[in-house]
Amino acid sequence: MTATSLTSTQGAGRAGDKVFSGATLAAGCVILAVLFGVALFLVVQAIPALTAPADKIQGGQGFFAYIWPIVIGTLIAAVIALVIATPIAIGVALFISHFAPRGLASGLGYVVDLLAAIPSVVYGAWGAAFLAKEISPSYGWLAENMGWLPIFEGPASTTGKTILTAGIVLAVMVLPIITSLSREIFLQAPKLHEEAALALGATRWEMIKMAVLPFARPGIISAVMLGLGRALGETMAVALVLSSGALTASLIQSGNQTIAAEIALNFPEASGLKVSTLIAAGLVLFVITLAVNMIARWVITRHKEFSGAN
Amino acid sequence: MTSTVSPVRSKRSALTKGQLPKYAPYAVLAAALIVGAAILALVGFNAFGWGVVSAILFAIGLVSWSAAVEGSRKAKDRLATCLVVGSFLVALLPLVSVIWTVLVNGIPGLLNPGFLTNSMNGVTGAFDNKAVDSGGPVLGGIYHALLGTVQITLLATVISVPVGLLTAIYLVEYGNDGRLARAITFFVDVMTGIPSIVAGLFAAAFFFVVVGPGTKTGAVAAVALSVLMIPVVVRSSEEMLKIVPNELREAAYALGVRKWRTILKVVIPTAISGIASGVTLAIARVIGETAPILVTAGFATSINTNVFGGWMASLPTFIYTQILNPTSPSNPDPSSQRAWGAALVLIILVMVLNLVARLVARIFAPKTGR
Repeated sequence: MTATSLTSTQGAGRAGDKVFSGATLAAGCVILAVLFGVALFLVVQAIPALTAPADKIQGGQGFFAYIWPIVIGTLIAAVIALVIATPIAIGVALFISHFAPRGLASGLGYVVDLLAAIPSVVYGAWGAAFLAKEISPSYGWLAENMGWLPIFEGPASTTGKTILTAGIVLAVMVLPIITSLSREIFLQAPKLHEEAALALGATRWEMIKMAVLPFARPGIISAVMLGLGRALGETMAVALVLSSGALTASLIQSGNQTIAAEIALNFPEASGLKVSTLIAAGLVLFVITLAVNMIARWVITRHKEFSGAN
Repeated sequence: MTSTVSPVRSKRSALTKGQLPKYAPYAVLAAALIVGAAILALVGFNAFGWGVVSAILFAIGLVSWSAAVEGSRKAKDRLATCLVVGSFLVALLPLVSVIWTVLVNGIPGLLNPGFLTNSMNGVTGAFDNKAVDSGGPVLGGIYHALLGTVQITLLATVISVPVGLLTAIYLVEYGNDGRLARAITFFVDVMTGIPSIVAGLFAAAFFFVVVGPGTKTGAVAAVALSVLMIPVVVRSSEEMLKIVPNELREAAYALGVRKWRTILKVVIPTAISGIASGVTLAIARVIGETAPILVTAGFATSINTNVFGGWMASLPTFIYTQILNPTSPSNPDPSSQRAWGAALVLIILVMVLNLVARLVARIFAPKTGR
């Protein structure tokens, strides 16, 4: 009697085990399927645009001529964002990990995380309504005094709605990503090395240069790459801030456009071939960000000891 | 006597020689503020410029004083400290500015009667023109957008949490770090980096193929948000399941408990606080996403309670359209007032979710018995 009840519960348990492990496995496969599906459905919907005759595509010169300027625009915006955000983010991370009083550090980290919590559309609205207005006088100054540089060629935009403003807003948005990743890595720097450097009479900056930064370099690189991935794909900051136009070298005139903003601005009213043109543009963006992210993750996994960073 | 004291004294002075006094930074700061104010008074005073000029003067003053007294190594150290602290202050500027801008612009919109309980149904440019010209009330509200955001986010959560949690369980309990587990981990990391607009395009393309061209409903938006939410849920749940001590699992196995019962009754209850706070943070992340909803749910001005049919408004897209396409193109002020009010509501929602996540993690944390 006891034996049968034992075996019967065991049977039920075994079935439960099978069902449960099967469910978890299925969930894992769903994720792989979703990522595969993202690529597949984008390709399927993009094919009409890629195979359509050149004069049917917006601009009338084929898909390549359409996508080329906005790919460059996307890269320009992302590079501006990284040039501004990277040094500041590393500074902030160092401040929180090595300079701030111990008791304050976690609170300050939370404040920086707040930056990441603000929705992108709010940043876009802030950039369009506040930053663009405040910053446009300095564009006039740049055009007057640095106008011999092609990137600061005048006449400067009077509204301030330029790719440089969009890049600054993007910089604010990627700053918390780079900061939080680098902070984790700085905190993992071997304490013994730091103390040894200090014991040999190094100043705090020399200690950081000798013991912390060499240790953290791969982590910083991958943090910047992840920030780049975010900056490339960010939509709202550019869509709301930039008054878009043709590709121009000057950063302080209106003009240029990014892939994500082009899609957001045109997709809601698009139909027919225009839809698949925009989906093809999204596919290009997907491939670029995928490559950037995969390289970043590869750098992280190559240095497995930094894996606490992600 | 004097012969024994004097060497000690001279040694001390040798140790303290070549150091700036303790009050040096404060003295330089005061001097920098005064000189900065003087310079700004010549070109026209503003608080922002005063801060910037004083900060630069402070850094130059302190570093050059230090270089003269303490030598170049100490001076470099002081320069690095100035730069690091300065970068932190610079990073705070946009945060303060964003929150200030949203508060100043958003409070009038939020305090407008009916803002939270009315939709934009029937509110046309004519009403806005009248509000500006003759000082009438600004009509219209965000009820439809709030409702849409709640519905879309809830559906996205319902899709993402089971998939994400089960995947995390697979990775921690069943995967054994095999090839499939490593592939899933890698692609989850890659998924974290999918641009939100691409996630939206995927959902749109998927439903265009499966249901029919031009399908735009709240459910499509929920699928798009799930693509963004699943990797966040997987990562946070995985971290939480990993830190459940192995002794607990072994104790359960030793009592003859099946693996799935162990996971459901021992592992998950131990980690539930962390999982719940991770899910809340994931919701906070997707609730503010604009781009995926823009390309999947369209815009609506009236209340839609059916996630599976018809266009649906949401808070982020409401902000976006009110700024970019004001209800009355000639008088955009009422629209921007509504947009900022909605932005304030959205920020409050996100902050509350973040706070709840922290509280959940703290209150329901497993008792360690220490």
